[in-house]
Amino acid sequence: MAEIAFARPESLRDVPFHYCPGCHHGIIHRLVAEVIDELKVRDRTVGVMPVGCSVLAYDYFNFDTQEAAHGRAPAVATGVKRVHPDNVVFSYQGDGDLASIGCAEIVHAAARGEKITTVFVNNAIYGMTGGQMAPTSLPDQVTTTSPYGRKVESVGMPIKVCEMLSTLDGAKYIARVAVNNPANMAKAKAAIKKAFEVQLSGLGFAIVEVLSTCPTNWGMSPLEAVGWMEKNMMPYYPLGVFKTPEGVAK
Amino acid sequence: MTHEIVMAGFGGQGVMLMGQLMTYAGMLENKHVSWIPSYGPEMRGGTANCSVIISDEPVGAPIVSEPTTVVAMNLPSLDKFEAALQAGGNLIINSSLIERSSKRSDVNVLLVPSNDIANELGNAKVANMVVLGTIIAATKAVSQESVLKAFAKMFAKKPELLAINEQAIKRGAALVNGK
Amino acid sequence: MAEKILMKGNEAIGEAAVVAGCRHYFGYPITPQSELIEYMAKRMPQVNGVFLQAESEVAAINMVYGAAGAGARVMTSSSSPGISLKQEGISYIAGAELPCVIVNMARGGPGLGSIQPGQCDYFQATKGGGHGDYNNIVLVPNSVQELVDCTVLAFELADKYRNPVMILGDGALGQMMEPVAFPDKAAEAPAKPWATTGLKGRKEPNVINSLHIQAPDLEKHNYHLQMKYKTIKQNERRWEEYRTEDAELVLVAYGITARVVQSAVDMARAVGLKVGLFRPITAWPFPYEELGRLAKTAKGFMAVELSAGQMVEDVRLSVVGSKPVYFYGRTGGMICTPKEVFGIVKKIMLGEEEK
Repeated sequence: MAEIAFARPESLRDVPFHYCPGCHHGIIHRLVAEVIDELKVRDRTVGVMPVGCSVLAYDYFNFDTQEAAHGRAPAVATGVKRVHPDNVVFSYQGDGDLASIGCAEIVHAAARGEKITTVFVNNAIYGMTGGQMAPTSLPDQVTTTSPYGRKVESVGMPIKVCEMLSTLDGAKYIARVAVNNPANMAKAKAAIKKAFEVQLSGLGFAIVEVLSTCPTNWGMSPLEAVGWMEKNMMPYYPLGVFKTPEGVAK
Repeated sequence: MTHEIVMAGFGGQGVMLMGQLMTYAGMLENKHVSWIPSYGPEMRGGTANCSVIISDEPVGAPIVSEPTTVVAMNLPSLDKFEAALQAGGNLIINSSLIERSSKRSDVNVLLVPSNDIANELGNAKVANMVVLGTIIAATKAVSQESVLKAFAKMFAKKPELLAINEQAIKRGAALVNGK
Repeated sequence: MAEKILMKGNEAIGEAAVVAGCRHYFGYPITPQSELIEYMAKRMPQVNGVFLQAESEVAAINMVYGAAGAGARVMTSSSSPGISLKQEGISYIAGAELPCVIVNMARGGPGLGSIQPGQCDYFQATKGGGHGDYNNIVLVPNSVQELVDCTVLAFELADKYRNPVMILGDGALGQMMEPVAFPDKAAEAPAKPWATTGLKGRKEPNVINSLHIQAPDLEKHNYHLQMKYKTIKQNERRWEEYRTEDAELVLVAYGITARVVQSAVDMARAVGLKVGLFRPITAWPFPYEELGRLAKTAKGFMAVELSAGQMVEDVRLSVVGSKPVYFYGRTGGMICTPKEVFGIVKKIMLGEEEK
């Protein structure tokens, strides 16, 4: 008898992703779906989707979802959670959505200790609108709106979201992970699972930042993009657990 | 009959409360009533005022521009509203704090040393209730009984306050009705 | 109906929302509606409801989006500058067809403006406000009692049509106290099988969304919205008339200004001038037909507003050029007096100059 070793998680619909080759969104969607299946909470999950490349994520997830305005997913998720405290509510957001236009919403959701989970995909660029500078674009990174490279004298240094949110008491679990290799994928999944468990225990706000590639807008092959991320993003955005309910960890 | 009353003073003199008690009393008498305060920067220093309407007819505009009674708890209020008072109307002046009387001869001027009377009663805070007593005695817009009933309802959690405030209202009314 | 109590307009809205079954409120402080958010802060915990002071008006309206999408009767409130900030969320709410109640206790504008009463948000409220082809149902009460009645009605209409309903008041209505009686309760909220409650055994996920990435799909959605708006226009026009039967000059005013104008009508009638008041209670849908009907008997119309002239356009659309339409307004937070309006009426009807 053959055994099924790898199947589509129940929390993903049987719809092909629209994402570019080499983009990490597909992997991250799958990890979220696997975690929700494993926690057996699909029946009471409500996901809140962002504006950005993952704007159509509601087509892929196989549970209730709401599509938020740009940056407002944490506020929308707050509204859902306050109506249905027993639901498992998460926001899925990119770097422009979360760290630029939605900075106030994420900071205050974390400060309130809102019992939601946020999956934050950081690929250091605006993908959907065609490669503009993000709040997380690296110094001297060339984008369509920083054609001479990100000039920090003019626009400042990129925002380190995990480090910033770690100062807030309401944020109980904060981790930065990557999905650049199988080992890191396993760690990323464990972190995402922990972030949902923190919500299920009613402890407060939890966020997992996932470093991700954007081969299309970085102008690289998928393989080159992984290399670029490892070489340039990981030193500035160190992986690790910044905060756990058990105390500050590193 | 429609009473259109402007009550004015500085913050902390209890002008708003006077107006609310009178409005409440009017409601208890099944009259048509409205109360509207000035609000905003005016509240922080200068004069605060409220418009009270008590009428047998439904109330139209709630903001009183030509009052039948003006209550001035301090000088800026007297300066501001004296001219707007209708001829034959009541001008009630807190003479404890306002040294001048009215410049008008076509209105019914009532001088009320409200802070002095309140001090005599042993509670400086009830000066506004002294004036309220004068207003209802002068206008007969509502009965004293209704005002006391309104007070009991608004301060249901502090019944011990009723006695001193009733005394103050009676002292104010006595200025009109005689002792 | 219980016995009458004396209440401030802002607080009466809050209590009416509670009566209507609203158990979720998200807001941000701004003058002159702060009594409402304060009332909800005190009242919601007493009825096991949720009160949350958001970090901004933007966040508050998006919390409303989330809560409405999750199936709750939900409300937010603000005043003019804050309502401008909410427009993004209102457009999404209209697009996603979510029921909710938005209160605007309007003040003088533009910009930071003043904190005194204004009616200069009429265009914003009745012509959409945010981006896209959509309409809010807009209720414009003129007394504390009507604030209560309209708040209850607002929740019912919001659920009935899955549409945002705005209560457009002003600083004066919010601040004034009048006797009010509250109904025992509002109509029950209908079942909301579309809400994101979690699947709970349901096969197909519910999606709350205003995105239709294919143009033909979005056009279809817009046709659907327009059909809904047409039904609302047919069914939900509300207005009141005062001494209009034989009126030669019909004054048109809403909210606090209608109170002033009503007093002015009485002054004019007292000297034998045939003047009446037409008062919209729904500013959208505007009662065009009903006002237009008066053009058969009246010789002229005048819009009176606390703005530089916004509703006057709807008055003109009502009489479609058949009679002259005058306008009188104050701005900046100034309120006209009955005598002032009476003066304008005399000027129009008798050709008298104001004294």
